[in-house]
Amino acid sequence: MGQTDFTAALLDPEKPVPEGLVDPQGRPAGKRFDVYRNNVTSSLIAALETGFPVLQKLLGESSFKTLATLFLRAHPPTSGALQRYGDAMPGFLAGFKPLASLPYLADIARLELAIRTSYHAADHHPLDPAGLDPEAMMALTPRLAPATHILTSPYPIYSIWRMNMVAGAPKPAPVSEDVLITRVNFDPTPHLLPPGGRQFAEALDGCTPIAAAIEAAMIAAPRADIAGLLTLFLSSQALTLPTEKVQ
Amino acid sequence: MYDFSSSSRLPKTAGIGYKPQHFTELRAEPGPVTWLEIHAENYMGDGGRPLAQLRALAETFPISVHGVGLSIGGEGPLDKDHIARLKHLCDWLNPASFSEHLAWSTHEAHFLNDLLPLPYSPETLTRVADHIDEVQEAVGRPMLLENPSTYLAFEDSTMDEITFLTEIAKRTGCGLLLDVNNVFVSCTNQIWDPIEYIEKFPHRLVGEIHLGGHDEDEDEHGAPLLIDSHGREVVDPVWALYDHTIKVGGTKPTLIEWDNDVPEFPILREEAARADAILAPVQAE
Amino acid sequence: MSTQMKSLALMGAVAAALGAVTTTGASAQAMEKCYGVSLAGENGCAAGPGTSCAGTSTIDYQGNAWTLVPAGTCADIELPDGRHGYSEAALEVDGYNGINRDLPEGLAADVLEGYRPVDMMMDS
Repeated sequence: MGQTDFTAALLDPEKPVPEGLVDPQGRPAGKRFDVYRNNVTSSLIAALETGFPVLQKLLGESSFKTLATLFLRAHPPTSGALQRYGDAMPGFLAGFKPLASLPYLADIARLELAIRTSYHAADHHPLDPAGLDPEAMMALTPRLAPATHILTSPYPIYSIWRMNMVAGAPKPAPVSEDVLITRVNFDPTPHLLPPGGRQFAEALDGCTPIAAAIEAAMIAAPRADIAGLLTLFLSSQALTLPTEKVQ
Repeated sequence: MYDFSSSSRLPKTAGIGYKPQHFTELRAEPGPVTWLEIHAENYMGDGGRPLAQLRALAETFPISVHGVGLSIGGEGPLDKDHIARLKHLCDWLNPASFSEHLAWSTHEAHFLNDLLPLPYSPETLTRVADHIDEVQEAVGRPMLLENPSTYLAFEDSTMDEITFLTEIAKRTGCGLLLDVNNVFVSCTNQIWDPIEYIEKFPHRLVGEIHLGGHDEDEDEHGAPLLIDSHGREVVDPVWALYDHTIKVGGTKPTLIEWDNDVPEFPILREEAARADAILAPVQAE
Repeated sequence: MSTQMKSLALMGAVAAALGAVTTTGASAQAMEKCYGVSLAGENGCAAGPGTSCAGTSTIDYQGNAWTLVPAGTCADIELPDGRHGYSEAALEVDGYNGINRDLPEGLAADVLEGYRPVDMMMDS
């Protein structure tokens, strides 16, 4: 009996308990092996529940547990650190026929993963606009901070997230939404990305001036609210200057 | 062999397993809590709150880094990236102690998130010793190896757990972490004598003790089966076994572990005070 | 609008943003604050629930032979093309047998074939 058989039986309750595992009297291990099966399965379900709270609310506890059980048997973690566990969830959901009628689930999983990634991302000095005049501001060449993520979706993923996580938030309208995730100090927050926001963010690569990024936004969305866009990126600390690093 | 009982940089008083929700209270009123243990894997991110909290705590408390995901008993090679992350953490934190488990948890790149059991055989001994050599060399510091809670036995085992652990320490120069609750759990599940286990244990090699709560279940034959759940207070028989351990082996840094259904901080302070009450009279002798 | 007017308007927008940010600022948040996300992805070394539970449950899942009927907030969400995701509640209203008469757009009949409530699939 090696660890290959042990592992296979841990992840498949229909497999018999591997031979050579016994109780103190030398009888086959039976329920004693189930302790390990349950430790593996329930601890990974718990990790997925804390990692995907919105998916859990959307599906309800019982259905989410079923989904999590199927997922963890198909995709056990690939790292000894669980921070990123579930990064295969969007792909799994995209191909998961029993939930095909809820096509936004994969994008919600991407959003929840991005929030978690943002939480553990490297610290950064945010671009501080204090004392800058508009012209100096336009010439700066920031990049997105390590904790900043942009997501696009054909579904109202920001509003779906909000409805489930913010008390009293309204039902989502049937529209497509882009999301900006940023971290002020330690807590990642999703924001609705206004028209032109995605193109603005994508242009900022650390050597492109803000003026050019604004232009990219206005080409994509001629009526973009540039003041609102800049306010969002600056106040949410989405940007950092290439030279600034935090110890 | 190196004497780990006198060389530990952890104080020979009570510590607790750190939980982020206790950050403020712990710093304001630590009470008898004199040191902290963290699970290494939870501090392997690039930044954010976990590392900021740890940096702040390390200014006040000696820290023990306790790995739960290295899979030292795995049949395959150790995960080099995981070792590198451990080294990175230990390099900047410079912890007072570094420990891992006699168990496996990864197989063919699948991490199973549980401390899985090993047969005590010469083959396992060689493999575990080689892995510990590799880790100690890479991380650049000696480690403590913890005795496991086990729920079943292997027909392939040819030696007892204490002989196995002692031989590992002899071959690698590592120390041992004696989890007294694990002793109680395994002795009940395997029908070993816990007093005899404690009296035979090589206490000179022990750099740290763990105490935690367990749950009671039973197998299909009605035999008691204790589960190392870390979800409640330490039970009286384990306190008694701990008391005996300290009398036999001397005072050690002692950790209260509580990982599931984590209570309010004052409850942990009470558990820590109870450990101190057992340590103090022996310390004074 | 002339190019010059445009760039003046733009400078005005940038100035407005600078004004907004320097006045509101980002409040310093305490290290203590602890949202659910902080616990996501935590490793531990505790054992689980003993000899019965999820690890020993089988789920009778073969491709699309059954469908997972969610019972959460998804019932409240309208999709951009005007569809609703179906929910347990919706199925209750329609009746499991009657659902085929009134399939939501895009939901293939074969997905619903062999449907059984999920709870019956988990032997515990």
